[in-house]
Amino acid sequence: MILWWIGDVVLLVVVVPVVVYLLRGVLAAAQSIVPTVRKIAGVAADGSKDLDATALLLTTQDQVARTVAGVADYGGSLDVILDDA
Amino acid sequence: MPAAGYVMVVAVVLIVLALVYYLVSTIVALRQITSGLDDVIASVGEIVEKSAPVAEVVTTINAQLDAGVDMLEALLVKKAGLGDSMGLVDGLYPGAAAAGLRNFPESGTLTPPRIGEVYTKGTLTLARLGREAPIAAASPSGPAVRDAAAASSSARRLYPDGREYGAEALPRSPVIGTDAPVQYEQRDDIGRPRKRRPTRA
Repeated sequence: MILWWIGDVVLLVVVVPVVVYLLRGVLAAAQSIVPTVRKIAGVAADGSKDLDATALLLTTQDQVARTVAGVADYGGSLDVILDDA
Repeated sequence: MPAAGYVMVVAVVLIVLALVYYLVSTIVALRQITSGLDDVIASVGEIVEKSAPVAEVVTTINAQLDAGVDMLEALLVKKAGLGDSMGLVDGLYPGAAAAGLRNFPESGTLTPPRIGEVYTKGTLTLARLGREAPIAAASPSGPAVRDAAAASSSARRLYPDGREYGAEALPRSPVIGTDAPVQYEQRDDIGRPRKRRPTRA
């Protein structure tokens, strides 16, 4: 009977606090991840939205090609009308 | 059952209740994490999809710009000569001549003539169009002043002995500006009424 009571005391004084402490630690760690993941999701969504402008690179590419072609035509004309050094 | 048995049953029930509470809370948190990660994966997938063609497009743009730079450098050196080219570049963008032209490695070692310290930026711009600039009329819509067919003869009239003849023996262009080694006195009668001579009786 004494051993039984000792077991009860150990269960209530040692095992229950240890179990509660460990479970609280796991829960706190899991809950701390949630806001971080939400922030990452927001940043990723914003980054994806920012990249919507990459389609304009095709326009830039076309404009650069036209500009370089115009400069080449202009340079060719200058090459004809101006003397060499 | 003795009293100690009831106490043990209560302790076990407490442990089970704590396990249930904390594990359920952890499951809820993990579900929220999973939902957030799903959103992250979706957004990252969009980023990957949208940025995929960027490298190819930028490479193409760079190649086109490289061709333009090569052409303009070659034209500038062909028309103005390497030395004057570096002087023009340094005049328009001070310090840029030190980097030299990309396709003319020896240009970085040249001492650029101090063109920019004597002539204005507008003059340099005209000079880039040719030594006999301006080639356009007073009005941009008017006919060209310079006769393209007789350009060689007009250049020879300006430089009958050739431009580079004796150029090494000539003094360098004067340096002007607030930090010039020689500061010229400023006339104080500029802008004032002209001095009148005393009238003769």
